[in-house]
Amino acid sequence: MATEILMPALSPTMEEGTLAKWLVKEGDTVSSGDIMAEIETDKATMEFEAVDEGTIGKILVAEGTEGVKVNTPIAVLLEDGESADDIKTAAPEAAPAADAGNEAAPAASEAPAPAPAAPQTDSTPDWPEGTTLKQQTVREALRDGMAEEMRRDDSVFLMGEEVAEYQGAYKISQGMLDEFGAKRVIDTPITEHGFAGIATGAAFGGLRPIVEFMTFNFAMQAIDQIINSAAKTLYMSGGQMGAPMVFRGPNGAAARVGAQHSQDYAAWYMQVPGLKVAMPYSASDYKGLMKTAIRDPNPVIFLENEILYGRSFDVPDLDDYTVPFGKARIWREGSDVTIVSFGIGMSYALAAADQLAEEGISAEVIDLRTLRPMDTGSIIKSVMKTNRCVTVEEGWPQGSVGNYISSVIMQEAFDYLDAPVINCTGKDVPMPYAANLEKLALVTTDEVVAAVKQVTYK
Amino acid sequence: MAPRKSTKKPNVSAEELKAYYRDMLLIRRFEEKAGQLYGMGLIGGFCHLYIGQEAVVVGLEAAAEEGDKRITSYRDHGHMLACGMDPNGVMAELTGREGGYSKGKGGSMHMFSKEKHFYGGHGIVAAQVPLGAGLAFADKYKENGRVTFTYFGDGAANQGQVYEAFNMAALWKLPCVFVIENNQYAMGTSQQRSTSSAEIYERGKSFGIPGEAVDGMDVLAVKEAGEKAVAHCRSGDGPYILEIKTYRYRGHSMSDPAKYRTREEVQKMRDERDPIEQVRSLLLTGKHASEEDLKAIDKEIKEIVNESAEFAKTSPEPAVEELWTDIYATEVPQEA
Repeated sequence: MATEILMPALSPTMEEGTLAKWLVKEGDTVSSGDIMAEIETDKATMEFEAVDEGTIGKILVAEGTEGVKVNTPIAVLLEDGESADDIKTAAPEAAPAADAGNEAAPAASEAPAPAPAAPQTDSTPDWPEGTTLKQQTVREALRDGMAEEMRRDDSVFLMGEEVAEYQGAYKISQGMLDEFGAKRVIDTPITEHGFAGIATGAAFGGLRPIVEFMTFNFAMQAIDQIINSAAKTLYMSGGQMGAPMVFRGPNGAAARVGAQHSQDYAAWYMQVPGLKVAMPYSASDYKGLMKTAIRDPNPVIFLENEILYGRSFDVPDLDDYTVPFGKARIWREGSDVTIVSFGIGMSYALAAADQLAEEGISAEVIDLRTLRPMDTGSIIKSVMKTNRCVTVEEGWPQGSVGNYISSVIMQEAFDYLDAPVINCTGKDVPMPYAANLEKLALVTTDEVVAAVKQVTYK
Repeated sequence: MAPRKSTKKPNVSAEELKAYYRDMLLIRRFEEKAGQLYGMGLIGGFCHLYIGQEAVVVGLEAAAEEGDKRITSYRDHGHMLACGMDPNGVMAELTGREGGYSKGKGGSMHMFSKEKHFYGGHGIVAAQVPLGAGLAFADKYKENGRVTFTYFGDGAANQGQVYEAFNMAALWKLPCVFVIENNQYAMGTSQQRSTSSAEIYERGKSFGIPGEAVDGMDVLAVKEAGEKAVAHCRSGDGPYILEIKTYRYRGHSMSDPAKYRTREEVQKMRDERDPIEQVRSLLLTGKHASEEDLKAIDKEIKEIVNESAEFAKTSPEPAVEELWTDIYATEVPQEA
């Protein structure tokens, strides 16, 4: 059967082109791979090859013709035994237009409810009443969380710089090499991009890696593997495979370590679909969220804080204590203002609430604990009660976590607001080294107190 | 060292030789059809064809065992067909349809098959190299005796993460065959203009990784080298590098006019070194197959490819709900 040769699209954006030159004439036989014509696109002159064998029966578009639309028949190819007389002037077979099925807006997941009814939130306590509590540092709680999961599941392993023989650069993995051996507690070379990729591949292959970055500043070397490989593969594979794993390590400012070692990445990772992001404050949350993170079938970014590592908190003495993702904790109830924070930001939020209480201002303090998923329901519910909100974080102001929270409040509880939301953040500068400047660059309790007074008009 | 050539009397049966002919021809015809569908606007975006490089994947698949893994870059159609993935599913992914391997959500560069142990389909040059080492890490951890073929190009060989992966693969003796598909052009820049070493596999020496160059237009040479590399990995001796000297006939992607080389250079390669013609001539001169036998294979392939194109045109676009699925897993995908 005679087949029409159509004007080809030769770039992702080409809609028409010039048929610059024919390299075959009527009557010529061609086989697959032979160059038949030169076609000028908007970008270049391309050679156009035959994909079938046959004889050129008729040339329909003369060389030199400009503005030939893609899919216009430009020649007719005959099979063995056909003659040019067999050619019928058939209508060109247009490429089936892709169904424009886009009008159905898939807004199911994100559309805010128009009627601002108080959202349903989960306010069950993290542990049952009467549970024995013990004092533990964040460091110990984090190690216990990892070790418990490694006892439970042989496919969980820890890799990173200095995690094994050195016992952890910040001593988080103290004792783990002894208990689990060198097969499961693995010292890596200083090669973040490479070992993040190897761990992601191991997760594709059925293991549950925990990757320790000595700090998240160094994870910038590895961010392509974290985002392009770990976060996107489930989607790109149509659900066939993904990366159940945890990337963890200290994040944000420590003390006097300068601009390259002091960045808070909460807002960066929170933006990425496919990742989950935890940024706990208390020791019980470090433990409970770490256990949940290891069991989660998705890549989890677990943002820790060096300054918090040595702080002690109550931790429930339970065999298998976990904290769910997407459930905020209300640390203190109040009626005049809602202060929302997470991670080390909570220390400023709680200190400010104490100070404000002395001045007769009652602050409700919410610890988000996880940023993705984020328990925006608890924020909205609280703002409906207090009508005012201040957010607190150490990261930079532009595109901050607080900016996102403000936008959610504006969309879902606009009518309840008695004042604009204020975002207390780190200053819009690289972290300075000098002690006095570093203090100025970070968010402070005084700034949180001042922001609360501003939104409460006190 | 001269690239490995196949031994004079290849130790393969007529049936095996015919199978390689068939598998290479399937890739060639499939890619030609993909180019045609791209020209019709049915395939969008980037599309990187494998024409000319067929002997690399077909030779190495002949050296693989059930359960071995493979991972590659965005020039991935040949790898998928060679490991037994369904041409219909591959072509329908190219057209972005529901029947594609990733339900149309991955595209030409991003396809996967748990069943065939094919781990993608990766769009960032060289990112698949540490990932491949990681798959091998998982196999070593599980002590299952499997080997991973990690494919990358001569262009990717200049990315830093390749050497991060080499270092750890050697340090931890990971069962990984690093396959450098040297098609001589990193996009539009020749090896000579982009790569300090003439023999890329020799870079493995500084990590203690053995390797060799192989004539990638000779499927039997590739198979032979593959068997040696696989045996090395499977015996617990760590990674192995194969630098397979090959050639792509088409541009880097569909929109590349390939002006960085002469038409004569390409034609000479087609005329003198074509991997499919070489096997065809072995089959005919050795009287392992007649012209009729080969015609029958050609016909069978044509039917498979036409059917895949038909499937890829008629499979519906993914349902709009698919926009919001597969972002988070609710349970751990079990390894096949």
